[in-house]
Amino acid sequence: MPFKRYVEIGRVALVNYGKDYGKLVVIVDVVDQNRALVDAPDMVRGQMNFKRLTLTDITIDIPRVPKKKTLIEAMEKADVKNKWENSSWGRKLIVQKRRASLNDFDRFKLMLAKIKRAGVVRQELSKLKKDTSS
Amino acid sequence: MVAKRKTPVKSRNPNLIRGIGKYSRSKMYHKRGLWAIKAKHGGVFPRHDPQPKPPAAAEKPPKFYPADDVKKPLLNKRKPKPTKLRASITHGTVLILLAGRFMGKRVVFLKQLPSGLLLVTGPFKINGVPLRRVNQSYVIATSTKVDISGVNVEKFDDKYFSKEVEKKKKKGEGEFFEAEKEDKKKLPEDKKEDQKAVDTSLIKSLEGVPDLKAYLAARFSLKSGMKPHELVF
Repeated sequence: MPFKRYVEIGRVALVNYGKDYGKLVVIVDVVDQNRALVDAPDMVRGQMNFKRLTLTDITIDIPRVPKKKTLIEAMEKADVKNKWENSSWGRKLIVQKRRASLNDFDRFKLMLAKIKRAGVVRQELSKLKKDTSS
Repeated sequence: MVAKRKTPVKSRNPNLIRGIGKYSRSKMYHKRGLWAIKAKHGGVFPRHDPQPKPPAAAEKPPKFYPADDVKKPLLNKRKPKPTKLRASITHGTVLILLAGRFMGKRVVFLKQLPSGLLLVTGPFKINGVPLRRVNQSYVIATSTKVDISGVNVEKFDDKYFSKEVEKKKKKGEGEFFEAEKEDKKKLPEDKKEDQKAVDTSLIKSLEGVPDLKAYLAARFSLKSGMKPHELVF
């Protein structure tokens, strides 16, 4: 199985360890075999070990080590934010964050909603069963 | 004794550095206006004669001198304060009780009593928890708040919850064998009335929020996979 996502200038990656955990960053240069120079609109450009990054499918078109302004323009043009939030990976992360921030009352309301939905599903199922058996 | 000033004395001599004032002695004399007071009283500073003190009662020599010096205990002027209330607990917060008969029940916080304990009610109709005192340490505060502006809790304090003192009965021979036949202590009617008064206005404000009554009626429990240190309450 060949690799599909390569480390390249303009590759968008997710930080999976450290202070910037969970942020989307762009690889703007490669320092050496283990480290990349990494930048994001709300962060100071700095180096990060590849082991701290998980590559995504998204790439943007930038020259090597662009200015912050160019980076932000390129990210807007490629529409990184929307592409990320509509991807299944991005959506999963959003749901995880929402679930973790649920209040005790919210969890109670969620339980009631789940029970209600299961009841509706079971009703439909029993209706279908009756139709096929009759 | 001179009467205490309503505002504390502010120095008219600002500090240049600690220990060194800006104005000299003569300047300060002028600033304080001592010359004006003297001028008003004809060149002499007014002086009050000491008020006649009532004659001190004749002290009798003590009957008994202890053999060794008796140490006087140190003066203790400490006044106990009620426990500091956690910032997350405000009026109308829903609390989860963690211990005791009502473990796991979600209750509404009313106010903190002078002893530091929290006054809490179910409401009784919803989950069976009456007006009750609870210690802050045995409680999880959720971020759900209920509107308790319609509830009057002025009359409740620690004395309201004290146990009734029973009269001691003299035990005769015959009474020993019948003494166990005490009837169960009934809750006095006025306490039931108080509970109803608090609860009716509370339940009205609860009905405004959907599912809140069912939420208070249910007990809290930790299920599989729930990590308390990661839960947001």
